[in-house]
Amino acid sequence: MYKILKKEILNKDIDLMVVHAPLVAKNALPGHFIILRVDDMGERIPLTIVEIDGENVSIIYQKLGYSTTLLGKLNVGDEIADFVGPLGKAAHIRDVKSVLGIAGGVGAAPLLPQLREYSRLGVKVDLVIGARNKEYLILVDKYKKYCDNIYIATDDGSMGTKGFVTDVLTELYKEKKYDHTIAIGPLVMMKYVVLLNKKYNLSTDVSLNPIMIDGTGMCGNCRVTIDGKTFFACIDGPDFPGEGVNFDELIARQDYYKEEEHICNLRLVKK
Amino acid sequence: MKGPRVVMPVLDKVERRTNFEEVACGYSLEEAQLEASRCLDCKNPRCVPACPVAINIPKFIGELIEGDLDEAYYTIYDANILPSVCGRVCPQEKQCEQACIVGIKGDPVSIGALERFLGDYSLENDVLRETKINENGIKVGIVGSGPAGLANAAEMRRMGYSVDIFEALHDFGGVLKYGIPDFRLPKDIVTTEIDRLRDMGVKFHKNVVIGKSITIDQMMNEEGFQSLFLGSGAGLPSPLGVPGENLSGIYYANEFLTRVNLMKSHKFPESATPVRIGDRVAVVGGGNVAMDAARTAKRLGAKEVFILYRRDMNALPARLEEIHHAIEEDIDFRLLRNPVEFTGENYRLKQVRCEIMELGEEDKSGRRRPMPTNVFETFDLDSCIISIGQRPNPILKESEANLEVDQWGRIVTDNHQTSIPGVFAGGDVVSGAATVILAMGAGKDASIEMDKYIKAKQSE
Ligand SMILES: Cc1cc2nc3c(=O)[nH]c(=O)nc-3n(C[C@H](O)[C@H](O)[C@H](O)COP(=O)(O)OP(=O)(O)OC[C@H]3O[C@@H](n4cnc5c(N)ncnc54)[C@H](O)[C@@H]3O)c2cc1C
Ligand SMILES: Cc1cc2nc3c(=O)[nH]c(=O)nc-3n(C[C@H](O)[C@H](O)[C@H](O)COP(=O)(O)OP(=O)(O)OC[C@H]3O[C@@H](n4cnc5c(N)ncnc54)[C@H](O)[C@@H]3O)c2cc1C
Ligand code: SF4
Ligand code: SF4
Ligand code: FES
Repeated sequence: MYKILKKEILNKDIDLMVVHAPLVAKNALPGHFIILRVDDMGERIPLTIVEIDGENVSIIYQKLGYSTTLLGKLNVGDEIADFVGPLGKAAHIRDVKSVLGIAGGVGAAPLLPQLREYSRLGVKVDLVIGARNKEYLILVDKYKKYCDNIYIATDDGSMGTKGFVTDVLTELYKEKKYDHTIAIGPLVMMKYVVLLNKKYNLSTDVSLNPIMIDGTGMCGNCRVTIDGKTFFACIDGPDFPGEGVNFDELIARQDYYKEEEHICNLRLVKK
Repeated sequence: MKGPRVVMPVLDKVERRTNFEEVACGYSLEEAQLEASRCLDCKNPRCVPACPVAINIPKFIGELIEGDLDEAYYTIYDANILPSVCGRVCPQEKQCEQACIVGIKGDPVSIGALERFLGDYSLENDVLRETKINENGIKVGIVGSGPAGLANAAEMRRMGYSVDIFEALHDFGGVLKYGIPDFRLPKDIVTTEIDRLRDMGVKFHKNVVIGKSITIDQMMNEEGFQSLFLGSGAGLPSPLGVPGENLSGIYYANEFLTRVNLMKSHKFPESATPVRIGDRVAVVGGGNVAMDAARTAKRLGAKEVFILYRRDMNALPARLEEIHHAIEEDIDFRLLRNPVEFTGENYRLKQVRCEIMELGEEDKSGRRRPMPTNVFETFDLDSCIISIGQRPNPILKESEANLEVDQWGRIVTDNHQTSIPGVFAGGDVVSGAATVILAMGAGKDASIEMDKYIKAKQSE
């Protein structure tokens, strides 16, 4: 069992948790993730490792459906049944002089350790961060430590530009140049960012979030098609160059259990 | 001449299609003793060397006939720590029973069924051999809790070592837990057998991925393990390599079986992991895994389940008993069909296109090679389960450049020793997908080499 040492409510939908997990903390690097099971009948769900502090691991999760909502019901002192990692390949940190991070929603969580690493290496780092509205922007204060400029987009215009991150990018590219970008957020966002960046000949690393089970290459649930070839996101990724990713196929795979997720959510209402 | 084989009762072939109850019901004591009496108690028993762990078969059969069930069980347990498991899933017909002398003129003695009877007897009556362990305080580590790792753990523990098993998943047993379905191997049997090892003092650690959470190098050089055994199995599914393979609705057998066996999706939503297969399901492949997948799909409510296999009925690699049970459960065999393309709508599977094959010359395996005919046939589908083989996953290799593997990712060993001194390996990770008992045999044999290695190092 893995004890919850700290819990911070970042907004209505998103929490941060610090979990005691020495064997996960031992070798974790930016880009690695964990898989957890809230309880004995729980699903195995993947979450990015946001920060490591000694034997403790921070995760940030959005309460989207059954498992993340159930996780959100736990409090400091409670225990998580299973917590395994670090999984995946560490982020491929490229040899560049400037990088632009692009975060959508809870994607701001997995992006943080990567930008922190670039900043540590002396790379110039900017950030475009998007959310539904002001309340849903997360981690902006933490990012301030690592980023020279932060550009904000909200769907309703309650802060920063009204619109999507791609709207901000279109304006930004008129005046600034970057060697490389990293986009993490919903699949649709990553899809359109990659399309836009291609027009500017700008490379985009993305972090893919297919449904997973084991996270060790055993089941194949997490497979994605990139340039016509199959990759397993849990052992070959989750970070990949975004250019060749078949996002539409991946979106369909992620939606495959929509009806069942709905049934599970009804149970939450009853609980 | 001895009488015919005592037939083991099985569940009704129609009723069982809707539940996950074990199909084969096991012998009663009378049935077991009657079957045991068919053994000739050979002076030079041919069955024993045909068993990969060399159980003293005539001895346990004799004890069973005498009614000394405890002793009979101990005789097996000394050589095989998982009798209830092996009695059920061992391909006996190709091992001990194939060699049995009674089999020359009739059906061989049902050695596997007798072994199962004694294993179950011990579980039901809590019969357990006290193992006296002379602790030597030396730490050894085991990677993976499948049959190879478990067999190795038991042997090392009996020799007095302090044994830690590390398992990547949240439950122990490897394929016994996530792969083989309940209707062939009830999971509580595996759990109880594993609990016995825990009682013996083997320490089990779940949620540890060796190569990630800790590396081999860290285990040997920081954590004080004097020797390691790698029994990480062959989990990585082999792809068909045809267009459309990543459409939604196409599973690799591992995913499908893991959802049901490990994650209990047949109990959804009580268990939170779903599985969705629809009415028409195709299973690609002809081995034990394919039979398990097909029969599981049927139990989840699929109306039509068919096997697509590129050779004919005689070439199916699955055990005869499994094929027979699948036929009884109305699994449809569409043979000489080779899938060449999946098509869908909005990335959801709709159809599979198969090339019709014909049999040509014999190949290296002695089976007639399937040849393309350029004639195609298309089937409508809701889902498809691909089960054409597995390879070892690349995690250990990627974390340890010195670990030598072959082109299929299998760890290269010399007398169970890998390319890293002190690190041994066995089971599917060395042989490629094989059998439970071969994995156990490898785990056991490796323990002898590990003991030698440690002793030699200490006397240096
Ligand atoms: C490598 C990796 C890292 C991740 N890191 C984080 C993280 O740091 N923070 C975080 O909040 N989430 C992260 N995710 C996503 C997270 O795993 C899912 O949000 C979670 O599994 C949803 O489970 P649920 O039962 O709460 O929701 P469900 O009821 O299963 O799903 C609710 C909705 O979310 C969508 N969904 C289902 N699975 C996923 C998925 N894997 N990713 C995204 N959407 C999904 C479905 O389409 C559905 O509409 C990560 C995913 C991966 C693969
Ligand atoms: C569906 C199915 C049906 C089968 N039916 C039969 C049958 O009827 N009869 C028969 O004899 N054989 C059968 N087999 C084959 C048999 O199960 C295997 O040959 C046997 O389990 C191999 O044992 P193993 O210990 O080598 O590996 P596994 O059983 O695969 O165990 C390996 C374990 O190691 C863990 N692991 C992997 N990597 C790591 C890591 N880096 N760190 C920590 N842990 C790790 C895995 O999670 C797994 O639990 C079947 C296989 C399948 C898939
Ligand atoms: S372990 Fe397998 S091969 Fe050995 S006696 Fe038992 S059934 Fe036969
Ligand atoms: S070969 Fe057959 S008859 Fe002879 S000892 Fe073995 S089981 Fe008995
Ligand atoms: S999650 Fe199972 S193979 Fe990637």
